[in-house]
Amino acid sequence: MILFILRRVGLLIPTFIGVTLLAFALIRLIPGDPIELLAGERGIDPARHAALMAQFGFDRPLWQQYGHYIGQVLQGDLGTSLSTRQPVLDEFFTLFPATVELSLFAMAFAIVIGLPVGILAAVKRGSVFDHTVMGVSLTGYSMPIFWWALLLILLFSVQLGWTPVSGRIAVAYFVEPVTGLMLVDTLLAGDTDAFWSALHHLVLPAIVLGTIPLAVIARMTRSAMMEVIREDYIRVARAKGLSTMRVILVHALRNALIPVVTVIGLQTGVMLAGAILTETIFAWPGVGKWLIDSINRRDYPSVQGGILLVAAVVMLVNLLVDLTYGLINPRIRHSK
Amino acid sequence: MSTTSESLTRPTAPPSPWLENWRHFAANRGALAGLIVIGLLVFAALFAPWVAPHAPHEQFRDALLVPPVWADGGQARFLLGTDDIGRDILSRLIYGSQLSLLVGVIVVTLSLAAGIALGLVAGFFRGAVETLIMRLMDIMLALPSLLLAIAIVAILGPSLTNAMVAIAIVVLPHYVRLTRAAVIAETTKDYVIASQVAGAGLLRQMFVNVLPNCMAPLIVQATLGFSTAILDAAALGFLGLGAQPPTPEWGTMLADARQFIQRAWWVVTFPGLAILITVLAFNLMGDGLRDALDPKLKR
Repeated sequence: MILFILRRVGLLIPTFIGVTLLAFALIRLIPGDPIELLAGERGIDPARHAALMAQFGFDRPLWQQYGHYIGQVLQGDLGTSLSTRQPVLDEFFTLFPATVELSLFAMAFAIVIGLPVGILAAVKRGSVFDHTVMGVSLTGYSMPIFWWALLLILLFSVQLGWTPVSGRIAVAYFVEPVTGLMLVDTLLAGDTDAFWSALHHLVLPAIVLGTIPLAVIARMTRSAMMEVIREDYIRVARAKGLSTMRVILVHALRNALIPVVTVIGLQTGVMLAGAILTETIFAWPGVGKWLIDSINRRDYPSVQGGILLVAAVVMLVNLLVDLTYGLINPRIRHSK
Repeated sequence: MSTTSESLTRPTAPPSPWLENWRHFAANRGALAGLIVIGLLVFAALFAPWVAPHAPHEQFRDALLVPPVWADGGQARFLLGTDDIGRDILSRLIYGSQLSLLVGVIVVTLSLAAGIALGLVAGFFRGAVETLIMRLMDIMLALPSLLLAIAIVAILGPSLTNAMVAIAIVVLPHYVRLTRAAVIAETTKDYVIASQVAGAGLLRQMFVNVLPNCMAPLIVQATLGFSTAILDAAALGFLGLGAQPPTPEWGTMLADARQFIQRAWWVVTFPGLAILITVLAFNLMGDGLRDALDPKLKR
C-alpha cells in the first residue's frame, strides 16, 4: 500500500511542474510585459521601466525566471493581487471555504438522489422508470448549467419568491467567520435566523452545481449495478433465499460502488470548474467568481495564482480518490 | 404477402457493413431523433438568410422586449419575441446556429487531426516519444477542462476564435489516448505484420493500413466532441471570454439577456433551450453511434 501511495504521489510531480509552466507562461504570453501591466494605463518612463524590469528579474533568461518563480511558489509566495494589493494566497484561502461549502452540498445533493435512482433503474431495467431516469439524466448531462441556473432563478426567485437571487447570506446578518463555512459559523454563533438565511442562499446554487454530477452518478450507478446483478454470486445469494433488498443493497451494491466512487471523485474536480459558472451567476463569493473577476480586471497575478491553486486542489482531490479506490479495491492496490 | 415469400426464397447476401451499422443505428429511436435535429440545424445554418425572418442585427426600435407570439402582447412578426434593443430572437438564434455548428466543426477537426497525428506517433514509436506525449496528455487531463480553457483564453484574449482554439487544445487528450490505444491493439495483428513483411512503408502502415481500423471509437468521440465544443464555447461566451456582443452566439446572447430576467423570461429561455437541444441531439447521436459501431455491444 505504501508503494502504491508513493507511486501515485510521484506521478503528481510532473503534473505539478506542467501546471506551474502553464501558470508561468500565462503572465509572460499576454501582450505587453508585466511592468507595463503593473503601471496600467498611466504608462511609465523608459528608465524606470528598465530599472523595474531588472529589479523583478524580468530581464533574465526565461529558465532563470522560471526557477525563481518555482522557488517562490514552493515558499507559498504567489504574488500580490493588482486590485487589492493583498497576497494572492491569502485572498484564495479567504474565499475557498465558500466554494467548499457549495461543492459539498452540491455533491451531497447529487449522491443522495443519484445513487438510489440509479439502483432502482438498474433493478427495474427496461421499465418506464428506467427510461425516464435515462432520458432525464441524459438531459441533465447535456444541460448548459449557466442557463439551468437562470431558469431556476426565474422560477424560484422571480416567480415564487422562495429563494434569494444571489449572495451567501442576507446583508442584515453578520457572522464571525470561524470555519469559513457559513452554515457551521451561523450555528456556532447560535443565530438560527442567519442559519436559515444562509441555507436559503445555498439551495439553488447547490442544485445547479450538482445537476451534472447527479446525471453522471445516476447513469454510472445504473450501469455498474446492471453489470453486477448478472454475476453468479448474485444468483447464488438469491438461490439461498435472501430477500431481494438484502441481495441488492448488501451483496450487489458493495461491488457496484467501486466505479461509482471513482466517478464521484472525478466529478469533484469537474465540480470545481463548474463552480466558476455557478458562482458567477449567483454572485457566490468563492474562488470561481474571484477567478473570473480577476480575468475581467486584468489582475494577472491573481489569475496566475488562482489557476495554480485550483489545479493543485483538483490534483489533491484526484489523489485522495485514487487512494480511496485502492483502499476499497484490493485488486488495484496490489497490481504491479 | 408475396414480398415476404419472395424474400424468403431469394438467397440472402450478408448486408454490407455500412448497411448493418445503419440498421443498428436506426433501431435506436433516440439516436435517430438526434440525427433529425442535427439535420434541421444544419439546414437552418446553411440557409439562415432565407429561413430567418429578419437580419440578426436589425433593430426594431418600436418593438423592444416584445414577448413571444403566444403570450400577451406578442406580435406575429416576432415569433419568439424581441430583445432589449428590438432584435428578433428567432432570427438571432438561427444565425447563432451557424456559429455553434462552426465551433463544433472547427474544434472537432482541429482536435481530431492533431489527436490522430500524436496518437499515431505515440502508438507506432513507443518508448521515449510515447512517454513524453502521454505524460503531457495526463497533465492536461488532470485539470478541469473549463479551467484550462479559461487559462488559455486568458492568455490569448477573449474572442470566439481563441475560445475555439482553447477548447480544441483542452479536448485533445481524449483523441490522443483513443488513437494510441487503438493503434497499439491493431499493430499486433497479423495483417499489419504481413504488410510490414511485404515492405509497406511507415506512412502507408499508419494511414492506409492501421488508421481506418481505428476509426470507430474516434467517430464516436468526435460526435460527442461536437456537444462538448458547443457547450464549452457557449459557457465561455456566457463568461464574456468567447464571442463578443453583438455576435448572435447563444452563450453571449444569454449573458446579454441576464439583466432582463425579471422582466422578460423569453430572452433568457430560448438561447439556452437552443444550446440544450443541440447538445442533447449530438449526445443522443453519439450514444447511438457507439452502440452501432462497437462490436462488443452488437447482438
